[in-house]
Amino acid sequence: MTSLPQAVGRSPVRRLAGTLHRRPRLRLSLLLTAPLLWLAVLYLGSLAVLFVSAFWTTNSFTSEVVKVWSTDNFHQLLTTPVYRQVILRSVGVALAVTLLCAVIAFPVAFYTARIARPERRPLLVVAILTPLWASYLVKVYAWRLILSQGGLADWALKPLGLSGPGYGLVAAIIALTYLWLPYMILPIHTALEQLPANLLDASADLGARAGRTFRSVVLPMVLPSVAAGSVFTFSLSLGDYITVQIVGGKTQLIGNVVYSNIELNLPMAAALGTVPVVVIVVYLLAMRRTGALSSL
Amino acid sequence: MEAKAIRLQGLRKAFGETTAVAGADLEIADGEFFSMLGPSGSGKTTVLRMIAGFESPTEGRIELAGQEVTGLAPFERDVHTVFQDYALFPHMTVEENVAYGLKVRKVPKAERLVRARKALADVRLEGFGRRRPAQLSGGQRQRVALARALVGRPRVLLLDEPLGALDLKLREQMQVELKAIQREVGITFVFVTHDQEEALTMSDRVAVFNQGRIEQVGTPAEIYERPATAFVAGFVGTSNLLDGPSAQQVVGAPGTYSIRPEKIRVLQESARPTEPAATEPADAGAADAGSTEDDEATARATDSAEPEFSTAAGTVAEVVYLGDATRFLVDLDAGGRLTALQQNLETSSEDVAALRGTRVRLRWHRRHAVRVPDPR
Repeated sequence: MTSLPQAVGRSPVRRLAGTLHRRPRLRLSLLLTAPLLWLAVLYLGSLAVLFVSAFWTTNSFTSEVVKVWSTDNFHQLLTTPVYRQVILRSVGVALAVTLLCAVIAFPVAFYTARIARPERRPLLVVAILTPLWASYLVKVYAWRLILSQGGLADWALKPLGLSGPGYGLVAAIIALTYLWLPYMILPIHTALEQLPANLLDASADLGARAGRTFRSVVLPMVLPSVAAGSVFTFSLSLGDYITVQIVGGKTQLIGNVVYSNIELNLPMAAALGTVPVVVIVVYLLAMRRTGALSSL
Repeated sequence: MEAKAIRLQGLRKAFGETTAVAGADLEIADGEFFSMLGPSGSGKTTVLRMIAGFESPTEGRIELAGQEVTGLAPFERDVHTVFQDYALFPHMTVEENVAYGLKVRKVPKAERLVRARKALADVRLEGFGRRRPAQLSGGQRQRVALARALVGRPRVLLLDEPLGALDLKLREQMQVELKAIQREVGITFVFVTHDQEEALTMSDRVAVFNQGRIEQVGTPAEIYERPATAFVAGFVGTSNLLDGPSAQQVVGAPGTYSIRPEKIRVLQESARPTEPAATEPADAGAADAGSTEDDEATARATDSAEPEFSTAAGTVAEVVYLGDATRFLVDLDAGGRLTALQQNLETSSEDVAALRGTRVRLRWHRRHAVRVPDPR
């Protein structure tokens, strides 16, 4: 058969395809060079710059960055009560939002994954995801309206002799919980949907009532997915500063302090910025123990 | 008289438009190994799930040990289930799995450990308690599921095709083990399977299901030897039916008849001296050559001479060599096709293939042609 090599050699595109087919390393490098450059230069690079600049200082008169190596910023972070409070408050808010999301998401996911009619489930999932298509700002401003004085929250709670929480820490937690809830519902929904029905049957068969089955079978099997969802809710809450600005009143979180320091004291802002990175790395390591990362 | 372990009365189950079980009446005695046999979708698993309480019947009544349980939840019934795919809790160890039912019933920790270990030993899994189900083989998981269901000493054990996922060797081994365990513990076993051999070898009695109905209930021998319907005749064992004009001609009466393949003898019609017969060495010369032992009988093997036997002439359409036996598919001159199974006792196995296309005469005892109602 002499026609085959001729056929291959005919067009340059085919020749290139042939070369690529024979050289898998070349193929791989062509595929990955651009994304790897993006990751290394833009993402890791900026993180490195952030981390390095956290060790610089600022001229307090001119607000100009002085490139002198010093750990003053971190020392200040850990010793100044205001900064410590801000850090603790931010972590507290992130934890509270995560907890609230888990508590709200579980029954919702249980309904969408196990109780709703199977043919309706995809629609329900779409409904859960729909808020993610709307602009973040629109949603937060909607909450600003709801929580405003004499707004929807006040009006709804008035018959009970209560009033809305107004702007502040509670409002920030409510708005953030609302924003990140879908990220918690989805993994739990998936886990519950994949939970084999016969495990529930087996538990009942062995004498367990619904509550027992939930505690001993459903919860332990879904927990990794709750942890996976919490990775989203926790990190997104920790990094947020716009929601807090809009509905948080005077509340300051790490993000706000970073924001307000960028002009005045960039190295301090950078030092503050490394805090959530460290917290989230610690959080991820903790979550890895639950098996959450393999269920992402 | 003692109350039956299980009594089903007019049990019906419909899922929307489709009827899964169309009226089942059944009584299962205490300590019985009872099989529910049928093809998939025949309703046998639905009946099992209704006994367990996972499904509630659309109509009818379920009694366990004389007490009505129709409306009770699974956890209120003294039955345990071995599931088709075992349904072991993946996040628990083997021991925790086995002890789960005891824990739920608030058996003290020390006692339930002892009982769980004993149950694991009973299924020959000592030392596996600390493992996770994922670290076990299929057969081992199967036995954990069995231990988990048996440890609570239920009155009735329901088994939903528990051997379906195992390979052939393991399945045969487990059949023997299951039967031994059942005899040992004396618990009523209700065993769902689509494998007729499994049902025949293990059960005291068998119910054959088809399209949501019970076609026949009986001992394995009754089911096999005297199938009540054409479906049973076909589903249990090889379908071997004579009907229509060929039945009229061969059996001498109209109707549908089931004849088990191994009851049929294959006799060579025009045996050439050089060619061996299917069953025994060729009896050269005789027109209806047959076995040497039946010589005097077969020499005159005609309907008139031997009223207790039926014979039918035909042509061998196919010869299937099975190792220990050979299966002959014979097209009858009277119409229709019968399968005959012959043990390869004295025949040289290599020779049987040569019988394809030759003329033969089939012969069977009249009592082995069982009249069944015409297929619906």
